[in-house]
Amino acid sequence: MTYRVGEPVTIATRAHSGHHRTPAYIKGKTGRIERLHAAFRNPETRAYGDDGLPEMPLYLVSFERSDLWPDTPAGGSHRIYVDVFEHWLEEPK
Amino acid sequence: MERGVHDRGGLPTHESIDRSEHTLEDWEVLTDALAGALGRRGLINVDELRRGIESMPRDDYERASYYERWLFSIETILTEKGVLAAGELDGRVAG
Repeated sequence: MTYRVGEPVTIATRAHSGHHRTPAYIKGKTGRIERLHAAFRNPETRAYGDDGLPEMPLYLVSFERSDLWPDTPAGGSHRIYVDVFEHWLEEPK
Repeated sequence: MERGVHDRGGLPTHESIDRSEHTLEDWEVLTDALAGALGRRGLINVDELRRGIESMPRDDYERASYYERWLFSIETILTEKGVLAAGELDGRVAG
């Protein structure tokens, strides 16, 4: 599955107790693909001595501030940009 | 949602962020160099270093400084790989 720039994506909420680079504050939230950076070795397996192959596509995903923290005071539109590996992305329901 | 000890982005707090800097002490510079040398030898990669930091008990993590966390992780990973024997560093420091 390859995602296109501008496409909405939701970050997976599955349990993952091991090393991963998807921060809790975006899990379950919907953002937008801004860019495909490139493919990189997978830190989730590389962190345990594996070679991290196959390489996984890494995207720049942006989120609207009020979608991440709806309870904070409104203060105009601000977008938060996070690098997310493809296997954490899902199509929004 | 369960969060790792390091995964604190967006956690609410009323405390101000400590943004003070300090001049690095010798052991901190050496720790940075050690991690770099171990990486170039293929003994530890950055993802292992991060995973070792994230495996710290919460209280230890909260108390530790930046490079103290690196040292904890380096010892953890090298002990896993058998480069260090369990307790070897403590023994040498005590000796």
